[in-house]
Amino acid sequence: MTKELYSKYEAVIGLEIHAQLATESKLFCGDSTAFGAEPNTHVSPVTLGHPGTLPVTNRKAVDYAIRLGLACDCTIEQHNYFARKNYFYPDLPKGYQVSQHTTPICKGGHVAIKTADGEKLVQLNRIHMEEDAGKSIHDLDDNNSCIDLNRAGTPLVEIVTEPDLHSAEEAWQYVTEIRKLVRWLEICDGNMEEGSLRCDANVSIRLRGETKLGTKVEVKNLNSIRNVKKAIEFEIDRMIGLVEAGESIRQQTRSFDAATDTTFAIRDKEEANDYRYFPDPDLAPFHLTAAFIEDIRKDLPALPQALAKKFRSEYLLSEYDSSQLSDEKTTAAYFESVVEHTPHYKAAANWILGPVKQYRNEAGEAVSLPDPALIAALIALVEEGKLSFSVASSKIFPALIASEKHPLQLAEEMNLLQVSNSDDLNQWVAAALNAMPEKVAEYKKGKKGLIGLFVGEVKKLSKGKADPKLVTQLLEEQLKA
Amino acid sequence: MFRFSTIKDYHTALQNGQTTCVEAVHFYIRAIEAQRELNAYLEVYAAEALQRAAELDARLASGEPLGKLHGVVVGLKDVICYKDHRVSAASRILEDFVSIYNATATERLLAEGAIIIGRQNCDEFAMGSSNEKSAYGPVKNALDHTRVPGGSSGGSAVAVQAGLCMVSLGSDTGGSVRQPADFCGIIGLKPTYGRISRYGLLAYASSFDQIGIFTNTVADAALLLEVIAGPDAYDSTVSTQPVPAYSKEIAAGADKKYRIAYFRQALEHPGLDPVIRDEISLFIKKLTAAGHIVEAIDFELLEYVVPTYYVLTTAEASSNLSRYDGVRFGHRTKVATEELADMYKLTRSEGFGKEVQRRILLGTFVLSAGYFEAYFTKAQQVRRLISEKTTTIFSNYDAVISPTVPSTAFKIGEKQQDPVEMFLADIYTVFANLAGIPGISIPLFTHPEGMPFGLQIMTSHFDEVSLLRLSAELMQLK
Repeated sequence: MTKELYSKYEAVIGLEIHAQLATESKLFCGDSTAFGAEPNTHVSPVTLGHPGTLPVTNRKAVDYAIRLGLACDCTIEQHNYFARKNYFYPDLPKGYQVSQHTTPICKGGHVAIKTADGEKLVQLNRIHMEEDAGKSIHDLDDNNSCIDLNRAGTPLVEIVTEPDLHSAEEAWQYVTEIRKLVRWLEICDGNMEEGSLRCDANVSIRLRGETKLGTKVEVKNLNSIRNVKKAIEFEIDRMIGLVEAGESIRQQTRSFDAATDTTFAIRDKEEANDYRYFPDPDLAPFHLTAAFIEDIRKDLPALPQALAKKFRSEYLLSEYDSSQLSDEKTTAAYFESVVEHTPHYKAAANWILGPVKQYRNEAGEAVSLPDPALIAALIALVEEGKLSFSVASSKIFPALIASEKHPLQLAEEMNLLQVSNSDDLNQWVAAALNAMPEKVAEYKKGKKGLIGLFVGEVKKLSKGKADPKLVTQLLEEQLKA
Repeated sequence: MFRFSTIKDYHTALQNGQTTCVEAVHFYIRAIEAQRELNAYLEVYAAEALQRAAELDARLASGEPLGKLHGVVVGLKDVICYKDHRVSAASRILEDFVSIYNATATERLLAEGAIIIGRQNCDEFAMGSSNEKSAYGPVKNALDHTRVPGGSSGGSAVAVQAGLCMVSLGSDTGGSVRQPADFCGIIGLKPTYGRISRYGLLAYASSFDQIGIFTNTVADAALLLEVIAGPDAYDSTVSTQPVPAYSKEIAAGADKKYRIAYFRQALEHPGLDPVIRDEISLFIKKLTAAGHIVEAIDFELLEYVVPTYYVLTTAEASSNLSRYDGVRFGHRTKVATEELADMYKLTRSEGFGKEVQRRILLGTFVLSAGYFEAYFTKAQQVRRLISEKTTTIFSNYDAVISPTVPSTAFKIGEKQQDPVEMFLADIYTVFANLAGIPGISIPLFTHPEGMPFGLQIMTSHFDEVSLLRLSAELMQLK
């Protein structure tokens, strides 16, 4: 499709993200929410919807929903109740889903994303709580559908944007930002492959400048950020194609096929479902005091975007380093504790985004990191010229992780401290030059590039302990003579 | 020969070695067998009850401390879960369904040494006022087998009336304990909404349902309530208010003079049997003579209570009964269907009786888009007015009295044709469920045609102490 065609139309996209809250137990009973158990093992009579059972709200889930709302600048509703959404489906045990559809706990709010034109605030419509359904599995048995109710009753928040996104790229950025945020707040593991985070996209197009919304299509079950992007790209192309060919867009629900990066219609229009919402009489309405909400606000961790800003302004780091450091909570926290012990902020950033990050990648995210004071001491040794960065990162750092000893002690034990004592250095310099009279002659005739060869030779003789800066200086002096 | 009068006397007889739990259970098993025609029980746990009775007798012999309900033989309405036992709500849709857990009330009965003798017939899913709507046949009134026992807890009322157990638990959504108690001449107590956990009570209408108690004496009702009431981690609508020692509280304050109100519109209602009206009027004079203050007050909302009740309860029921879909448990159609929706339709059409289907349809209708505001929302508004009115009344009075039912027990089949006439039988009882207040029916009167009828007393939220004290006192006044 040509550039002109794209610029003729504007895409209008709204996203609905379901995030499974990382509570240990379900929204209305004590069953475990752990992923990957044998089918139908996390199912008490309550989850099974057995006669006579009743729901009891998990307070932690409410707490988590408020955390997310506050982080997105939403208005928190103080008076809340759950409603029943009535419909029949085999993986819906009670014949209704308990949801906040009519009275969301969080209203409005926004999420900042990066775009080519700078930061953009994506407006939210709402965040509400509801319970997840079970899983229907249709391809396990030729004659039967199988139902696994382990997931039934898992707490979800549904995060609904306004139709405020205008490209697949923006949608991609938004979902990335949401995933980062829920992980940061530790309210959801953000794992799209396991279904902890699921996305539906509402897509329409209109002529640029038009204010009326076009006919929308809802694309369901986008289970990776890549698929969100691919599905929206495909839909925009498909819709422009239809309109350009003089055809009209039908209001549909579609599904995404990741094998072909295309979407296909599941049903035309919205089926005329009347969900008969009404307040769930088994759950008393719950009131949140302003003080309770305030307590949660005080407990919120500093958010990634605020931290990135702080890293730029307070530690004078680059945009890139700041955003890398604030990409993930452990990294950011570790950086902050290292810079408490050192004024070398840029060096600290390099260490954390370099050797420390590599170590975590190899050893696994859960690995414990060395005492920040020791890393700061290691940085100091490099800055003072007592260790080269390469020796510090390849030799001392692994030893430090293994022993938690002070880097200076390690360097001494391993005999790796750079020698800056000029007697020793002069000896090595002299020995190196004596060993290569022809090269010295060539240098003196103007082949100045040979200095590297001499430095290398000194390094070899000193077994890496010679401070390369001083060595270069001494070599230059001696060769001038 | 075993005879039961009160739990207290029974316990004394046990302690003195005049009887045993085994003897008591044998007595009830024989009585149930002899009066099978009443159809009060859907299932009797004879062997199990005898075994438990023997264990309890051994416990007494070994000098172990005894539970408050040691050896008390209890029947459960077929809507209360008893682990590893069937619970069917007297419906085909749950015909062979076995509960995998205990209701909180059941758990508490067992913890205090009760013996559960069987599950009792009722109207299907507690929907009915005559016990003619059971999928397993009607229950008969023990005093006149051609008459209904009332409903929906008809089997539980008849079991106490006919001496087929010592006490029963029923459930009361709009009068389903008080009305059959009235028809059978026994005591029927519906506590405050939220006084007893609903966990393990098969739901009809969640914001109305409350477990109720059938007994012969006020003292036994007080003791049962004391055992099963109170906070429960499995029911978030149950109250956390502490539970008074009702069985001790009823003895105190016997000389108190009460301020009692009655609704003028209730006694003037054209549907009220004139004999009942006259007896109650006469009784009011007795109360005044005994030193109580009794005053007529207006209750303009009386005409609205039955419609309001039916809109809200059927709405809740239509949703509560959605889980009976044939997917996970209970009846599923044998007919092979192409479409999932057809499986649902056939299963539910085959499994639910006509009255249940009628209420599900009515409830689905009042919640539907386009009708929700006119029916459901409007009914909620009326319910709020009733609540406000109730608060006002109880700021001036200790209790409200009324007939329990406008008539005595009617003939089986008499009101089958007209569901609306049947609904009107609930006119005096639904008020307590709409307002959430406690109510009781006490057997004070006998109609010249031979059937008993009761007086309904209602008090303020969580004031079961006054309710039980006043009941005990008025039973004496009889």
